[in-house]
Amino acid sequence: MSGYTSDPRIRWTELLPWAAAIAFFFAMPEYLSLGARILIYILFALSLDLILGYAGIITLGHSAFFGLGAYTAGVLGAKYGVTDPFLQLIAAAAMAALLGISTGAVILRTKALTLLMLTLAITSILLEIANKATWLTGGADGLSGVKTDPILGLFKFDIFGKTAFIYCLIALFLGWLLVRRLIYSPYGAMLTGIRENTARMHAVGAPVYWRLVLIYTLSATMAGVAGALLTQVNQFVGLNVLGLEPSGDLLVMLILGGVGRLYGAFVGPVVYLIAQDYLAKQYPEYWYFGIGVLLIVVVLFARGGILGLFDPWLQALSRRRSSARALAR
Amino acid sequence: MAASALETQKLCKSFGALTVADNIDFRLEPGARHALIGPNGAGKTTFVNMLTGALAPSSGRILLGGEDITKVSQAARVRRGLGRTFQITTLFRKLPVLDNVALGIAERDGVARRMWKPASRHAAIIDEAMALLGTLGLTADARIKVEDLPYGRQRLVEIAIALGLKPKVLLLDEPAAGVPSQDSGHVLDVLASLPADIAILIIEHDMDLVFRFARRITVLVQGQVLVEGTPEQIAADRRVRDVYLGEATHA
Amino acid sequence: MILYVISVGLSVTMGLMGFINLAHGVFAMAGGYVLSTMMASFGLPFPLALVIAFGVIAAASIVLERLLYSRLYTAGELAQVLFSIGLILISMAVARLIYGNLAAPVFLPDYLRGQVHILGRDFPTYRVFLIIFSALIIVGLWFGVERTRWGAMVRAAVDNRGMAQSVGINTPLLFMATFALGSGLAGLGGALGADILPVQWSYPFEHLVYFLIVVAVGGLGSLRGPFIAALLIGVADTACKYWIPEFGAFLIYAATIGILLWRPLGLFGVRA
Repeated sequence: MSGYTSDPRIRWTELLPWAAAIAFFFAMPEYLSLGARILIYILFALSLDLILGYAGIITLGHSAFFGLGAYTAGVLGAKYGVTDPFLQLIAAAAMAALLGISTGAVILRTKALTLLMLTLAITSILLEIANKATWLTGGADGLSGVKTDPILGLFKFDIFGKTAFIYCLIALFLGWLLVRRLIYSPYGAMLTGIRENTARMHAVGAPVYWRLVLIYTLSATMAGVAGALLTQVNQFVGLNVLGLEPSGDLLVMLILGGVGRLYGAFVGPVVYLIAQDYLAKQYPEYWYFGIGVLLIVVVLFARGGILGLFDPWLQALSRRRSSARALAR
Repeated sequence: MAASALETQKLCKSFGALTVADNIDFRLEPGARHALIGPNGAGKTTFVNMLTGALAPSSGRILLGGEDITKVSQAARVRRGLGRTFQITTLFRKLPVLDNVALGIAERDGVARRMWKPASRHAAIIDEAMALLGTLGLTADARIKVEDLPYGRQRLVEIAIALGLKPKVLLLDEPAAGVPSQDSGHVLDVLASLPADIAILIIEHDMDLVFRFARRITVLVQGQVLVEGTPEQIAADRRVRDVYLGEATHA
Repeated sequence: MILYVISVGLSVTMGLMGFINLAHGVFAMAGGYVLSTMMASFGLPFPLALVIAFGVIAAASIVLERLLYSRLYTAGELAQVLFSIGLILISMAVARLIYGNLAAPVFLPDYLRGQVHILGRDFPTYRVFLIIFSALIIVGLWFGVERTRWGAMVRAAVDNRGMAQSVGINTPLLFMATFALGSGLAGLGGALGADILPVQWSYPFEHLVYFLIVVAVGGLGSLRGPFIAALLIGVADTACKYWIPEFGAFLIYAATIGILLWRPLGLFGVRA
């Protein structure tokens, strides 16, 4: 998809998700808070896809940035009276970026299991800190009463979640634009190179380490923004934004949708969160069981996730299109 | 004396008690056509790995164009003009041939860092890549994934990537290895047509290729330089015959 | 020490098979459940139940290995991580269904309860027993790996699988046997440790981080490594909880990060 031979123009199919989101807004007003949650997780998943799908870094610690962003917004809104939504976002982004670059610079010198371990350790440390530093984070009870001003002074966060939904949609849209640009750029091609054959990238003179640190930091920033959005929308932040669980959930969502495909990050959270909303309440034990089975099935038989299932059709389509183009010349 | 293109001074490498490189003094002149030969296990690949920076020497110095690069990283050496091909093809197998070459060119040109304009719109990079592919007869394969190419053409892509970096020194690690005989002629032609100002060091077992290509030959045996000289001198040297050429005539 | 018994199998499995098996805790949990069930429902004596726990888990792991794990040996890290997470989720769900929310009850035999008097201080008998037992296991493993032919084959395969195969070592069989041993040990560890680390459905996830820490810090593929690492963690954990309880597990994580950065392959790692 990325690379020097790819076509970067926006295809009409890429506008479908946005149309669907707007339709959802009007058609299902009772579910807007779930909708906002889905949008936030799509943004979160996009950030993970950047490093997992494109750069090939396997991490279980992405929740560290999400959680840090969430808590930054929360602490500012609840304790320090910084209630401007954009300021909260910027602060969250900055904190996440700082954590991203400092941890990335250190752990990206390692590989595989060591790297995985370190990411896990980092998010676990943050969880511990959040748990113990009750004076700041509210500990296990979380921080409630996070105040966020109306956006642009006009749009208040209402209980129906209308403002929240549109707010998150716009944020996601911007994030999507950025990620899409990045993927089609030479930088994106280079990341794919790192993922495909790191030894070769070294041998063409790429300073692999620094490139990875950069994308890791960008990804962290994005995850931090997603976390902050969650806090702003819920006006609450709790321990469940840190640690292994949200990272694991996100990983499952992304795999489900399809890694390294840009839109896998859209499909995955939609399917997962809707299913979770419906099933997990009814049959909590079966929910975990089902996800576990699904994971194993995906790993064994459908590596490319849901979108991967459509691959054969997509390939046939593009072949037909390019031969049509060739005939037209 | 003019600066050498690539030089080692008393290069040594040991793994514990095992010495694989023993005080190697080596000099590659600008524009050279130099071959490194030796029996299996002589330490040729180890030597090349030290030259490229994939392996750190135990002692000794390496100089590129007169500058000490012993502590310089692999990627930095490439940026200073040291290119290599790998004995086992190290390509981006799932990517098209064009991308394989373009990635290297983009690195060299500093374009690889750019995040805004789409890659496929960077006409300069693409044009240069296509031109390079043209010189190697790979134009038709530009959009084909490397893994779908026959092995002989993959070796050519390997060379194309290295050339795209516009190196001053090129290390070719067994460029003809594994190439079926009908394609190896093409590889030979490509080698013969390489720009004259690049210093080339080739490691090969194919004596035919070595003697047709090289103007100087170094023989490495058990981590030490046995002898160095012109092809005629090497062919006539009894020690070399005993150690190595004897093997080749059996093969 | 319990951490060691559980984790050493993981170290060898990961080092040998290069398979990132996060689901190792599942085997430990299963061992704990088997022990509890054997003793509670069947009234078996403690030692026998332990042996059965080991055996059953080892056998079950062979089935899993043949059916599922072996397909993923060459599948890449991501697939393995995901697969093992899937396995964890499934087993947690099953455990919760069968055993409910409470921890599995453990009935220590009388001769292992109470305190024992050593060198002028009182120690809980069970802890002493655990230490001795673990030491025996370590010695047994060391002996088995360093001295026997099987051990030599394992070491060879850990070092260089391709080479070992071409020398005629039956790697699939070796993997299966070693995996069984490692998982069996995990089961044993889970059973032994049921008193200290309560066995309930959330077990694999809760302790995943610790198992991984022991293995990553100790070093994959080594036997001594996890031993030292488990020792360090056990000591550090107790010390921290005693002196600076506000920090809790913080220090463990920080230390893990520190050690892994200093030695990315773990303290005694054979390969990453």
